[in-house]
Amino acid sequence: MPAVSKGDGMRGLAVFISDIRNCKSKEAEVKRINKELANIRSKFKGDKALDGYSKKKYVCKLLFIFLLGHDIDFGHMEAVNLLSSNKYTEKQIGYLFISVLVNSNSDLIRLINNGLKNDLNSRNPTFMNLALHCIANVGSREMAEAFASQIPSILVAGDTMDSVKQSAALCLLRLNRTCPDLVPMGEWTARVVHLLNDQHLGVVTSATSLITTLAQKSPEDFKTSIALAVARLSRIVTSASIDLQDYTYYFVAAPWLSVKLLRLLQCYTPPEDAALRSRLTECLETILNKAQEPPKSKKVQHSNAKNAVLFEAIALIIHYDSEPTLLVRACNQLGQFLQHRETNLRYLALESMCTLASSEFSHEAVKTHIDTVINALKTERDVSVRQRAVDLLYAMCDRSNSKQIVAEMLSYLENADYSIREEIVLKVAILAEKYAVDYTWYVDTILNLIRMAGDYVSEEVWYRVIQIVINRDDVQGYAAKTVFEALQAPACHENLVKVGGYILGEFGNLIAGDSRSSPLVQFDLLHSKFHLCSVPTRALLLSAYIKFINLFPEVKATIQEVLRSDSQLRNADVELQQRAIEYLRLSCIASTDILATVLEEMPPFPERESSILAKLKRKKGPGNVPDIDDARWNVNGNGNAEQSESAEGTNKFSPSLMADLLPTNRPRPASSSPTMLSAGTMGSAHPFTDLLNLNSSPSAGASLLVDVLSDSSTPASADVSEENFSRFVCKNNGVIFENQLLQIGLKSEYRQNLGRIYVFFGNKTSAQFLSFSSSVTSSDTLKTQLNVHTKPVDPTVEGGAQLQQILNIECLSDFTDAPVLDIQFRYGGALQNIAVKLPVMLNKFFQPTEMASQDFFQRWKQLGVPQQEVQTIFKAKHPMDTDVTNAKILGFGVALLDGVDPSPANFVGAGVIHTKNTQVGCLLRLEPNTQALMYRLTLRTSRESVSQRLCDLLSDQF
Amino acid sequence: MMRFLLLFSRQGKLRLQKWFTPVTDREKKKVIRDVTMLVLARPPRSCNFLHWRDLKVVYKRYASLYFCTGLENQDNELLTLEVLHRYVELLDKYFGNVCELDIIFNFEKAYFILDEFLMGGEVLETSKVAVSVSVEEADTLQETMEEYMSKPAY
Repeated sequence: MPAVSKGDGMRGLAVFISDIRNCKSKEAEVKRINKELANIRSKFKGDKALDGYSKKKYVCKLLFIFLLGHDIDFGHMEAVNLLSSNKYTEKQIGYLFISVLVNSNSDLIRLINNGLKNDLNSRNPTFMNLALHCIANVGSREMAEAFASQIPSILVAGDTMDSVKQSAALCLLRLNRTCPDLVPMGEWTARVVHLLNDQHLGVVTSATSLITTLAQKSPEDFKTSIALAVARLSRIVTSASIDLQDYTYYFVAAPWLSVKLLRLLQCYTPPEDAALRSRLTECLETILNKAQEPPKSKKVQHSNAKNAVLFEAIALIIHYDSEPTLLVRACNQLGQFLQHRETNLRYLALESMCTLASSEFSHEAVKTHIDTVINALKTERDVSVRQRAVDLLYAMCDRSNSKQIVAEMLSYLENADYSIREEIVLKVAILAEKYAVDYTWYVDTILNLIRMAGDYVSEEVWYRVIQIVINRDDVQGYAAKTVFEALQAPACHENLVKVGGYILGEFGNLIAGDSRSSPLVQFDLLHSKFHLCSVPTRALLLSAYIKFINLFPEVKATIQEVLRSDSQLRNADVELQQRAIEYLRLSCIASTDILATVLEEMPPFPERESSILAKLKRKKGPGNVPDIDDARWNVNGNGNAEQSESAEGTNKFSPSLMADLLPTNRPRPASSSPTMLSAGTMGSAHPFTDLLNLNSSPSAGASLLVDVLSDSSTPASADVSEENFSRFVCKNNGVIFENQLLQIGLKSEYRQNLGRIYVFFGNKTSAQFLSFSSSVTSSDTLKTQLNVHTKPVDPTVEGGAQLQQILNIECLSDFTDAPVLDIQFRYGGALQNIAVKLPVMLNKFFQPTEMASQDFFQRWKQLGVPQQEVQTIFKAKHPMDTDVTNAKILGFGVALLDGVDPSPANFVGAGVIHTKNTQVGCLLRLEPNTQALMYRLTLRTSRESVSQRLCDLLSDQF
Repeated sequence: MMRFLLLFSRQGKLRLQKWFTPVTDREKKKVIRDVTMLVLARPPRSCNFLHWRDLKVVYKRYASLYFCTGLENQDNELLTLEVLHRYVELLDKYFGNVCELDIIFNFEKAYFILDEFLMGGEVLETSKVAVSVSVEEADTLQETMEEYMSKPAY
């Protein structure tokens, strides 16, 4: 039934369409279509030339058939004929057919391009628009090659009609997206920017889209657009809604243009020009203010358009991440939306807050909404909203709320939608690991995950819990006990059997003392699950059994019995059979020693990026993992020069090569490095060690000798103990020296360039120390750099008593040496002489400095003179644990800057050294390479000596 | 930028498809099937946005027809709802109280109107007046009703 006919209807087409609609079955439809196709084919092939109208009608029918989902392999030539016609209606259909049924036949493309060329040159705006639409719709490489150079000139020519300019701008945008190499930048680019000033808002809108795309690729070339965009935006937001006439949409002034301008500004950092910046801030404030005004219309279109602009403004504020007031206002606004009755707004508020959570300025503000978000998780009817709530909880999680968030996510998991369970499992596992203070909590959480959603616990998750248990001996006993208990449930998930088998196989001995979990009980428990498990799990259990034989000789016979049974030795599965045979033989012929060696406890796993985090990234795509470390880098598509630079830097660092080239850092015998021991020459020792390319300062070997010496009662040993010196680089309190007689403890506090150390002398004997004296000596150089005032102490220290001495320290300028504390006393008639190097280092006078990534990179660049940078690459001496490293860097005195480095594995810090004469800013970056077990440390400060000293101090800590 | 726009009925019948980036026919069919199933399965009064693959899907139902589009990650969902609405308004203005049948029988017109409004996945002209004028202008270049009635019916 033909429904209308406005303008040009095609009666034959309408009849055909209603025929198709009247078909009762799929077969009837196909039959009708085949009949029509045969008819059209014969018409096209026929001797009689078709008139334009018939051609148009048949081409349209073909199009309809194609859109029904049938293949069409002819008619292109007729369509090309149509688009070359002078009649508008024919041209239009011809272009439509070509746009929908793109064909890569090159002869055909040549003909089409010819038609396009004629139309582009026709100076008829309607025809030009049709041609531009076709190029944009097809957008193939051949077309781009033919027209990419012509379109820019159409766009910027003075006499081009507005509507053609609009099409030309978007057509160019489309070509730039598919074949950027073919769109030449040139003189026209500057003129495109000026289209932002155009009278016609439609032209400005299209031009803004184009400029945004181009600016993402080459920001420098379009920098001038910032000022124009701000000016334009400001005029729109301050205009009365009627000013813009037809560009006002439901009482909102030009929402499309506003959003596009705000989007364009997101390609850049905040404007440097103060006036411009404040004008933009005003705009953003006005937009935020408008959100509080009563709506001008009750229509949803009004509120959508208004809020669309608001959300885009918030996106810009988040992107800038530099105005704390705006960020907090944005956060409050989103907070209001979290409770809005419109589901769409709640959804978007949750989504935006995710990005806001990673800003240092608004992280806390976001956290205040935790209850609302948890409530959303429980009450939202729509799964996609609940999913955003999960994302936000994940993003806002930190040490302070991790337990609550993990608990809420776990309880949500029990009735969560199947589609998002795996993701929640991953997120819980990551959070539990990241924020575990106490690893028993971590183990509990993961076992809960397996219990509640075992099917969704991927291999990565249970591998990870095993890695962590193996690497942390403080949790092994607890883990063994917990899995043992969990396995007692009548039905437990196979993943739990795997974790249980592995952990009991390694650490079952830790709970074997209890008769309720004696070796035999453990074995029986595991073996009761055996027959219900899949082959890989059974294989794992067999390995656990052989480990049991090593751990518990008393169950050897039982296990051998099991291994020997036909169901094992003659198992149809080759892997299981082989394991059973080999393990049985091994247990029979190997001696206890050999068994113990072969079946030794697994060595710790090397630290590497958490496999589950990698999995989550894979799952969501790199840009979509909200927070925690690196989301902000990915959100901003436009790379900032420094980011990519530093990222490249990381890649260039080839650790394995370095490892081979560098001499290793083994502690050398004390005797071979006498410079290490002589008092007050620490500083001068450095050129020597540097010459040898050894980046460690005092070696641990030296202290051995000191211990030996101070233990002996021979008097007047002037060797300076620096055994514990380097331990104090990152901490202020602790024991600096101890021998059989005396213990010296320190408590220190520093503020700016001043410090105070409380020294506690503990007499470990029951007899008195007589003629006790303690004084501080410094080298001559050091005296000009550091003032140390000591207060005299009581000459007698009773047995078992403690004596306190206060040292006041003032830092005058940067220094390398350390003062030495000289202690003398008589014990049992012999004179004791002890010298301890005082842990007063340059880094003690740090004040941490928080800064945004942008500021950091700006300063980093400013400190670009080669002498200002010191870099060292060294082997890790301790396990590479992220939390420990974090703590050390904080202890070193700088602020740890999250989210600055593009790689989340790296550490970045900033601080200022305060001395009486000057202040020295310092930036540092530490890049661990967990595969090679190496670090690269880079420091930049305005002073060479400071960079070097800090580098020496810190590089010894890892 | 919009990647595609689909119009389909409550029964899942596709009424209009527009692709703003090159997509193979095979992939098109897959996208159409997945997205229609996803959207049709949504309970009423759900929110109008979804994440699907790396895209944001924004959809809205008008009477018996779903208008549904796939957006890139940085695009503004709320404003896209208004893009869909503006398209409905334009169809309405042209057909006068548009219904699904209008779009079935005049699919080519639906495409032409869309072309006046969107290009390359971006909004070309946001003024309703300007779009309507150019659509009307195009119509005046076409035949009259009398001409239409005198055309052969097969």
